[in-house]
Amino acid sequence: MRALPGSARVYIGITVAAAGVIVLTGPYTGIDIRTLVLAAVLFVVAESISTIVVADVKAGISPSSAVALAAVVLLGPVGAAVVGFTSCLAIRRHDLIKRLFNGAQFALVAYAAGHVYLLLGGEVGEPGREDFPAILFPYTAAVLTYTTVNLALMGILMWTLGMVRPRSKQKFGWRPLALAEMTSVGYQMLGLAIAAIWGGAGIIAPLLVLLPLFIARWTFAQQSHEAMAHEATLATLCQAVETKDHYTRGHCMRVAEGSAMIAQELGMPAERVQKIRYAGMLHDIGKLGVPTKVLQKTGKLTDEEYATIKLHPTRGYEIVREISFLDEALDGIRHHHERLDGRGYPMGLVGMEIPESARIISVADVFDCLTSTRSYRKAWSVEEAIAELRRCTGTQFDPRMVEALVRAVEREGWQTPDIAEPPGGCYGPPAAGPQKTEATAVGENSAVPAPTPSEDTVPAQDTVSERKRRDVPGASAPVPASAETVTGGRD
Amino acid sequence: MTQGIGQQPGEVPTHVPGVTGPEAGALSHQRSQGPNWRTTRPTRTVLVVMVGVCSVAALVWAAASGFVDPYVALVFCLFIALGELARITLPGQREVAPVASAGAISYAFLLSLGDGPAEHSAVQVVAVAALGVALGELPHVAVGRAPRVEDVARRVLTVVLAAGTFRPLAAELSLNGPSTTATLLMAVIVVTVWVVDVCVATLLRVERLRTRPMVTFHDELRAQSPIGLAIGSSGVLIALACTVTGLVGLLVFIAPLLVSQVAFRKYAEIRRTYLETVRALSRVPEVGGYVEHGHSRRVSRLAYGIGCELGFSEAELLELEYAALMHDIGQLSLQEPIAGGATLLASPKEQRRIAELGSAIIRQTGVLDSVAEAVRRQCEPAADEDDQDQKPPPRAGRVIKVANAFDDLVGENRDAERHTAVLERLRMDAGSEYAPEVVEALGRVLARP
Repeated sequence: MRALPGSARVYIGITVAAAGVIVLTGPYTGIDIRTLVLAAVLFVVAESISTIVVADVKAGISPSSAVALAAVVLLGPVGAAVVGFTSCLAIRRHDLIKRLFNGAQFALVAYAAGHVYLLLGGEVGEPGREDFPAILFPYTAAVLTYTTVNLALMGILMWTLGMVRPRSKQKFGWRPLALAEMTSVGYQMLGLAIAAIWGGAGIIAPLLVLLPLFIARWTFAQQSHEAMAHEATLATLCQAVETKDHYTRGHCMRVAEGSAMIAQELGMPAERVQKIRYAGMLHDIGKLGVPTKVLQKTGKLTDEEYATIKLHPTRGYEIVREISFLDEALDGIRHHHERLDGRGYPMGLVGMEIPESARIISVADVFDCLTSTRSYRKAWSVEEAIAELRRCTGTQFDPRMVEALVRAVEREGWQTPDIAEPPGGCYGPPAAGPQKTEATAVGENSAVPAPTPSEDTVPAQDTVSERKRRDVPGASAPVPASAETVTGGRD
Repeated sequence: MTQGIGQQPGEVPTHVPGVTGPEAGALSHQRSQGPNWRTTRPTRTVLVVMVGVCSVAALVWAAASGFVDPYVALVFCLFIALGELARITLPGQREVAPVASAGAISYAFLLSLGDGPAEHSAVQVVAVAALGVALGELPHVAVGRAPRVEDVARRVLTVVLAAGTFRPLAAELSLNGPSTTATLLMAVIVVTVWVVDVCVATLLRVERLRTRPMVTFHDELRAQSPIGLAIGSSGVLIALACTVTGLVGLLVFIAPLLVSQVAFRKYAEIRRTYLETVRALSRVPEVGGYVEHGHSRRVSRLAYGIGCELGFSEAELLELEYAALMHDIGQLSLQEPIAGGATLLASPKEQRRIAELGSAIIRQTGVLDSVAEAVRRQCEPAADEDDQDQKPPPRAGRVIKVANAFDDLVGENRDAERHTAVLERLRMDAGSEYAPEVVEALGRVLARP
């Protein structure tokens, strides 16, 4: 812990002092010393080895609270406080202040739970069969007290440390925290079970309770290890696909981040955010089927070349559809080039027909294209890109997604790629010739490409493919520019 | 460069739907050979018939003589059914139902429910467990997710063994409450039954995948330890706790096992997703027109079969499968695809370069170093005359070299004569270019019924 703010010091001091007073003053009458020692040992063991770290909240859930609540039933408030205080002996890499605070926190929490338990008619000692339905009420109240007081003590500490900003509710994921709390309440209910079999089945019984929990913890660790390996492999393979094109390097990772930012901002559950992140990473995997020279072509695309490009979302979908975990996010890959006005590809879906994940990825994709350099233009600033996205809401993008991205970018910033020029200067065959200069100049000053005389002045009811072709840089037509214009429909 | 354009998305072949897990390839290899695949696995048939007969006999006997404590039996039966309903599939296609197993074991070990000793017989335990398992599997079968019959049989078998040893012994020692003797007896029986179960699982796996028994035994031990420990300890715990708390204990003390079940399920999910991801992305070079369609998939299937024959452990098989799937990933770094995609037809220098590039990509993941090494050395000859000092390539690399060569020469052709001819050609180069033991293993894989 770095240097603590004054308020945090005062708060920790008060907590530790209060716990100290409780533990020192007792009263210790009627507490079986053997039970106390055994419970304390069990608590320290549980606290030392078994912490299930929930990745999203970075909160640890430990089955040790089950032992603390068993101590509430077996030993009463003071005994439970002593057991709780022993947590500062747990074998962990914590400094003294953290240990003291943790111990004091557990002691106070157990003490409060113990008094609630007594107040509502709970009896201290091993519960027998005859106690059974009746004991559930005071015990449940004790569990709830335990959770509430624990959260309150933690919350105040966070607040004194300045880690919780009251205004940033959206950023703070309540759902995983609630899930973590539910799990720990489940663990705490086990405390009653431990107390119930304490005398009957001997010390082996609490160990048998904890064993599956340790195994679960070990498996969770394995799982998170595998998840990291999976993520690393996925990212590496996606990037390998991009190595062909110098300009798009890192594109998939940035789109993944952007999509995740939007999804998170919209308050989606963590699991869905993750799926959308992966879909964002994989959205252009079908690009590999498109010849490099088409992707890097700086001038006007022929019908045939454009048709090839339009195949890439479908092709990408074909590659990854077997990854069953992605399920609905797969549609995000297939439809990330759809537009709200129905002029997108591959299916020309309109409005809310487009899956939500696709609308998210589409915004993140175009945003990254605009803010990075392409073979046919220079990178835009974040502000220009946002203005452009806003201009295209309703026709191309879902306003909800755009605004979510804007909020997220304002808060967290945006990592723009730092590639200015490819090694060795110009990229690709210089086939595009004279049109190029115009196209590259587009991004610099305005979002609207200078209209150039074009031979194809098709009326408004033109087909999708013709329309799209005109939207390609270098083939500028007298239609309002869209973000599609600057990205060329290729990204 | 136009190869990639002509293919319509609809032409992409779909691969063995529903079969996942590392040995999916080996499975499909066997199943494709004909409808008589059942007869190639006698151990499985014997086990399933034996357990089936046992269960039916127990049910008939229990129904004829009447159930002792029918209410308790019903609760345990429903509990087992629910646990069976929530079965999970662990990596390596190991189907388990932890809650059902723990419930059945605790019913076998149940000494009393607080008021008087429990007096149900071993036969009744088997009948209740079999009925519960059948009930729990019904909804699965109804929606077309048939269980792996041999795993269901194994689950019932453990109950038969546990109940068959514990209940007579408990009656003999007149145990009717929690005591050190009872706890010890339960622990010993649980461990023994678990070891027997691991042995049975080993036999089944050896028969299914043609792996080596000792290697498979170690694999099974490793894979079954955590789940077995969790199930066993919960079973004993519930049996002990029910003597104090009555049937409520069943519901309360299953909670720790539920937590581990969630953990196991999540772990199995991520393992499956990982494999699916690598499988899917291994097709990227094919879509890019660098490699023939289905090549990586066929090579990985073949390599898996060879790996089993050569006695690879489960972890090594997984690495082999990853390496085989990604062996052509280096082609992504090429500007233009090589003709026909067959790496065998490229110059040795070019082949090495592709292997190096692919290995560099895989190494970047930071987690697949041995896979990267296998990919890097996949095209080195088995015995290098120029450089005797150099270490021979890793086994996975040698296997991939042979599997890749075979698939490059055969392609999608399923003609047996062509297979034999290609195998002969590889045999001629065995010793110098290809590792002889790998070529022989390939021969055995191809000769399978």
